Amino acid sequence: MKIQNKKIIHTDVLIIGGGTAGCYAALTIREQSNLSVVIAEKANIKRSGCLAAGVNAINAYIVKGRKPEDYVDYAKKDADDIVREDLLLTMSEGLNRVTAKLEQLGLVILKDENGEYVARGNRNIKINGENIKPILADAVKELEDVTVINHLNITDYIVKDNQILGAFGFSIEDGTAYEIRAKSVICATGGASGLYKPNNPGFSRHKMWYPPFNTGAGYAMGIRAGAEMTTFEMRFIALRCKDTIAPTGTIAQGVGAKQVNALGEVYENKYGLTTSQRVYGTVKENLEGRGPCYLRTEGITPKQDEELLKAYLNMAPSQTLKWIEAGKNPSQQNVEIEGTEPYVVGGHTASGYWVDTNRQSTIQGLYAAGDVAGGCPQKYVTGALVEGEIAAEAIVHSNNQLTKQYEEHKLTEQEEEQLLTEKVQEYDKILNEKQPMFTVEQLEEAMQKVMDTYAGGIGSHYQFNEKQLSLAEEKINQIEQLAEGLSAEDMHELMFVYELKERLTVCKVLIAHLRARKETRWHSFAENLDYPEKSDEWLKYVNSRMEDGKIQIIYRDLVERGEQYEHSH
Amino acid sequence: MSIVINQKKCVGCRKCMQVCPGTLIKANENGKAYIKYPKDCWGCVSCVKECQFDAIDFYLGADIGGMGSKMNVTSKGDMIYWNITKSCGEKQTIEIDRTKSNQY
Ligand SMILES: Cc1cc2nc3c(=O)[nH]c(=O)nc-3n(C[C@H](O)[C@H](O)[C@H](O)COP(=O)(O)OP(=O)(O)OC[C@H]3O[C@@H](n4cnc5c(N)ncnc54)[C@H](O)[C@@H]3O)c2cc1C
Ligand code: SF4
Ligand code: SF4
Repeated sequence: MKIQNKKIIHTDVLIIGGGTAGCYAALTIREQSNLSVVIAEKANIKRSGCLAAGVNAINAYIVKGRKPEDYVDYAKKDADDIVREDLLLTMSEGLNRVTAKLEQLGLVILKDENGEYVARGNRNIKINGENIKPILADAVKELEDVTVINHLNITDYIVKDNQILGAFGFSIEDGTAYEIRAKSVICATGGASGLYKPNNPGFSRHKMWYPPFNTGAGYAMGIRAGAEMTTFEMRFIALRCKDTIAPTGTIAQGVGAKQVNALGEVYENKYGLTTSQRVYGTVKENLEGRGPCYLRTEGITPKQDEELLKAYLNMAPSQTLKWIEAGKNPSQQNVEIEGTEPYVVGGHTASGYWVDTNRQSTIQGLYAAGDVAGGCPQKYVTGALVEGEIAAEAIVHSNNQLTKQYEEHKLTEQEEEQLLTEKVQEYDKILNEKQPMFTVEQLEEAMQKVMDTYAGGIGSHYQFNEKQLSLAEEKINQIEQLAEGLSAEDMHELMFVYELKERLTVCKVLIAHLRARKETRWHSFAENLDYPEKSDEWLKYVNSRMEDGKIQIIYRDLVERGEQYEHSH
Repeated sequence: MSIVINQKKCVGCRKCMQVCPGTLIKANENGKAYIKYPKDCWGCVSCVKECQFDAIDFYLGADIGGMGSKMNVTSKGDMIYWNITKSCGEKQTIEIDRTKSNQY
């Protein structure tokens, strides 16, 4: 097989990833300007990314009686201070605006008799989120001058002198290689799963919480192009229902189920209530022989059973199937819980692109929004939408400047064609490689095993020390060498090869970050056994940048709430 | 975690192939759908909801406690019907109204 066709496209704005943030960015750009937009999506925007199965609630909302500042305080506390308050505040201020817009587009939100949204706890509101993604996708399809290219997997940015000029990719549907030239680019490819050995390593290996198709492409492309990244060491480990890895918030918040150990003791108060402490507590209870751990649902009412079964169908249907298949409702059996493999996901923790307050990365004209953007944890759906909006508005407002910068670095037609020819050669080389020693699957397993064993996976109780991290680094480098010899029989396999390489790049940066923060600020998320204590000296960001193939660590001072942060180029 | 596609019911409309977030479903020589990468399935059931011909069933892998029950989805207007058939043949349907919110 070979690349079948070549296409060069020009647009004002390229959005990579037509997920939550990407779709919303397109809506905002067209509402506020006439700029042309191309959305490059590796799957199909109708059901791609985190929202594919639906979501259960709006997890980030400023409920009546609260202020955006309260949300900032909450997120800051949960992350033990390593957040960007400028990003959190600008996000929090937009949460209710984007929710209103979603409702207008057709999302069903629960209201009380006075027409007010019904709160779930202090920050959530209740919805029927099963069709949230089709709703967003339909709205995008209505837009003029927005070209959605589904099944286009983006592999690299085009960058010259630190100015973004577009991106390359290939269609897994028809084998066309694309060069998309754009005056500005929004990266909205989500976070990275599949770095570590998963909870269910066998047949159900992809029954994971985070989409297995969000492979960290956006991080990897940015890293290779020299963009600065932040706080990768704050990994996200979710506490989930055993086997189905379905979210637990609906049970915990919906019916007020407590975390209990095998002896029936409530243990959550013993370890603290931040996201990482809840995971850590569960690990500890297991290690000390009081596992497995559960959410205590026994004794809930039949009505609550029924509503839970329905709520899960709207978000994680496998859990409902599991209850029915077992012939036991949650009222009859507590729900067993476990921690997931670690993910890198900036929508929950603070890892991702280092951006200015407008969500521009350190590469001029390249913006990042949603799970791929760093510094701003606890974003969830609505936060991802707001970041898409902020990036879009920034582009609309600085379009003249962006166009000028683009023109200054613009390539000639021959140069453009030459670049695409070289990219096609790279793709074709993988497609033509004969009799490779290893398959993608083998190397993926090798990578996940290394990360599990030496970089704090499930198998090592999320803990590591410096010696282990050095081993992880050495072994990941070796696997990266081996990956150079991989081959692909068709376009889908070509995508598998790129996905593996993306994950390897993310792993390398993750290891470097884990090693750079010499303290343990968050149990489980980054638990360095050589430095088991937390220290005020580490009230700073650990950032990184790839230079000549080497990862350089950069430490930066915390950015305060009122500040407007700009990059000093 | 995976799905099975009933080759007799599939009419080859390609909707499931278009919608899968991992593009895991492909057409065979007869133009009918099959899951090419069953181990890569996320279990999001997008394909099950998309199929208007009742051809796709979703099940839990044995490694995560699956015991042979199957689930599919049909819909009429705003109503969604989640139909579960247990391995013993017992059937159960859960109805969900799209216009109503979750209670939790
Ligand atoms: C299972 C699950 C349940 C959740 N439940 C809730 C909830 O109940 N409430 C809540 O508020 N939040 C919830 N969240 C969190 C929330 O959904 C996410 O934080 C948010 O949707 C992330 O948006 P995003 O745009 O960054 O990523 P996504 O929406 O995942 O979008 C990323 C897009 O990029 C595409 N892409 C990736 N790589 C490439 C590439 N190389 N080329 C082209 N395209 C690419 C992907 O296919 C995808 O469409 C949940 C998340 C998950 C995973
Ligand atoms: S959606 Fe149903 S009928 Fe259409 S191709 Fe898929 S399985 Fe066949
Ligand atoms: S359940 Fe989801 S991931 Fe699995 S084949 Fe269907 S659409 Fe694809």
